[in-house]
Amino acid sequence: MADMSLEQVTENYYDVLKELGNIGAGNAMTALSQMLQCKVDMKVPQVRLLEFRDVGEIMGGEEQIMVGVFLGVEGDITGSMMFMVEEESARHLIQKITMGMLPGGSEFEEMGLSAMKEVGNIITGAYLNSLSTLTNMKIYPTPPSVTVDMAGAILSVPASIFGIFGDKLLMIQSQFYDEVELDGYFILIPDLESYAKILTSLGLPMV
Amino acid sequence: MSEIIKVGMADLKTCVSPDGITTLGLGSCVGIAVRDTVNKIGGLAHIMLPDSKAIRNGQQNIAKFADTGIEELVRQMEKLGAKRSRMVAKIAGGATMFVFQGNGTNLGQVGDRNVEAVKSKLKELKIPILAEDTGENYGRTVIFYPESGDFHIRAVGKNETII
Repeated sequence: MADMSLEQVTENYYDVLKELGNIGAGNAMTALSQMLQCKVDMKVPQVRLLEFRDVGEIMGGEEQIMVGVFLGVEGDITGSMMFMVEEESARHLIQKITMGMLPGGSEFEEMGLSAMKEVGNIITGAYLNSLSTLTNMKIYPTPPSVTVDMAGAILSVPASIFGIFGDKLLMIQSQFYDEVELDGYFILIPDLESYAKILTSLGLPMV
Repeated sequence: MSEIIKVGMADLKTCVSPDGITTLGLGSCVGIAVRDTVNKIGGLAHIMLPDSKAIRNGQQNIAKFADTGIEELVRQMEKLGAKRSRMVAKIAGGATMFVFQGNGTNLGQVGDRNVEAVKSKLKELKIPILAEDTGENYGRTVIFYPESGDFHIRAVGKNETII
């Protein structure tokens, strides 16, 4: 196990990771729907294992402006987690949450960012909760940190953590809709040891 | 016709004047632009982590690390006819994208460590750093022209600067 790379883990357990991603994203959408008090639909999330040099392309280019919410994961597993959403989608979310108090077209001011932090908190919290329930492990998020910047710059943070283990990054892309289509991306970054714990807890010991 | 060559994350490439070379959305990563001041051969590396020796598994992508990435960049430039003694460098990036309230993890500091590692590697290779735009908390897109040595830096909501 110790010399197993992230690539091998992901190849061998792709379906399991995909299902975890699916359930996590589903729970996150339910939480979002409750917060927005409207129906939010989602497509089946796509789980991708990407080369670093290709990650920017997925989100519409490295220079696509996005909002990134990043937090640590503690408890029985350790690591970090990122939720990213495109600028336009973020504005839409902020407008809905603040019930129009913050106009959608304005710059991301402190209030807007604070609202996004809250969205990120709720979405990632729901995601981690479902993971916790499935695996019967204690998983706690740390307070989130939020930024608005180029996709490539935001992604450099999870990429540099994945980079310690390999040359690829595991990403769950989920598309969801309320009135408009929103693209959200989850990047769960457990430490390699934590992968083993997650899989073992699901009755799939790594060999 | 000149063109602009694109370098991805954890990647490196060389170019010859009048071509330029670019990398988009540097965050905690560092972009290292090197040129031979005489024959205008240039190169750009987009490194992601400070030290290849701290990594446990066997790694194939040497462009990912400051130490091995810069060495490889210099080697490829020398293959094109550049001379180490005439090389100069400019660097950008190494931002701290996310700030954490002291939970003990070292997630945030990789940008600073990258910049430090890049500087120490360039010093070891005796390549002087003419200019830098590093640190802070925002992402950068850079374009480098080996002809003039101009290093253009763009950031969200800021004017383009040339160093």
